[in-house]
Amino acid sequence: MSARRTSGDVGARDSALRRLLAEAGGELETAAAAAAARFAERAAAEGAARVAYARLETPLGVATVAATSRGIVAVGLPNRSLDEFLAELSVGLSPRLVEAPGRLDEARRQLEEYFEGRRRDFALPLDWTLVPGGFYRRVLRATARLPFGATATYGEIAARAGNPRAHRAAGTALGLNPIPILVPCHRIVRSGGDPGNYGGGPEMKRWLLRLEGAQLTSGR
Amino acid sequence: MAATVPFQRFLEQHSAAVLAFLRATVGPQEAEDCFQETFMAALRNYERLDGANPRAWILTIARRKAIDHHRARARRPLPRGDLPEPAAPAPAEPDGELWAAVAALPPKQRAAVALRYACELPYREVAQAMGTSEEAARRNVHEGLRKLRRALEEVAR
Repeated sequence: MSARRTSGDVGARDSALRRLLAEAGGELETAAAAAAARFAERAAAEGAARVAYARLETPLGVATVAATSRGIVAVGLPNRSLDEFLAELSVGLSPRLVEAPGRLDEARRQLEEYFEGRRRDFALPLDWTLVPGGFYRRVLRATARLPFGATATYGEIAARAGNPRAHRAAGTALGLNPIPILVPCHRIVRSGGDPGNYGGGPEMKRWLLRLEGAQLTSGR
Repeated sequence: MAATVPFQRFLEQHSAAVLAFLRATVGPQEAEDCFQETFMAALRNYERLDGANPRAWILTIARRKAIDHHRARARRPLPRGDLPEPAAPAPAEPDGELWAAVAALPPKQRAAVALRYACELPYREVAQAMGTSEEAARRNVHEGLRKLRRALEEVAR
């Protein structure tokens, strides 16, 4: 009979109920993370998510690579914060972006091989949506044609883009490159042989040029 | 201004609350399917989120998916009454009787109790997610809890 139950029993039941509902089996966080990861892969595969991204270990830190249905749309070098990178994609492309490493297996594999010195060329489709138009785009198209190990000066790449005197504008275009490494803006150096600026930091530019065995006249 | 928080962040922030809510309303077995449907609907309508309370918004979608789920089950030609089929209690779960008692609640009370205790929402947000007044949300939670206590006392007897 309920009459012989004390209110303490009921209180214990009540807190058990609350605990049960709050924990919902105890491994809620783990199960929710796994369900979210399954969701992200599916959303990317079905095209409901516009952008899929993945993290990637490199000898210089963790990079990020992002793709649309058309191809690789952006690479975040290790010196960029993930939040900043995602915020830019969110505003520039679509906030419908998810972490779906399965969609980027091939890109990650090729990038890892490159960073380990086992790959010279990439066979990945690129999405140029984030690349500005006009002269800037012509500069980056010309840059994309520079082979592994080669370099060109800012003036040379400006000339190949159709305006030999626009070396400063060429520098601006390279600074806006959304797909570094795959569009190898690190191969554009100053005329004296000094590597010059780089979105990933000057040290990274030197590191990449050394990896490719490029000839630098500057001894620094 | 449409939502510009990357969907991945939104997903990470709300996945535990959504799963907790769905486990309590449709049961642990079916929660995963409803979870997938809930976030897919949210993703397809993400641009509409627009300044609303994101947690209340996603839980509103989850609640609708749970209702759809119960209706789909009720339509199946099973020999039972018009009550939605109670969610199966988690097997090998010492709190199985609690699950069974939660599953036996009327849908509105079950949803309200789940939002209040599984997702730990304040009553204002329970009301937003339920599409009711705050007063009605309180009533649903209290009535649900009263029934749960009674059911559990009977089990213990």
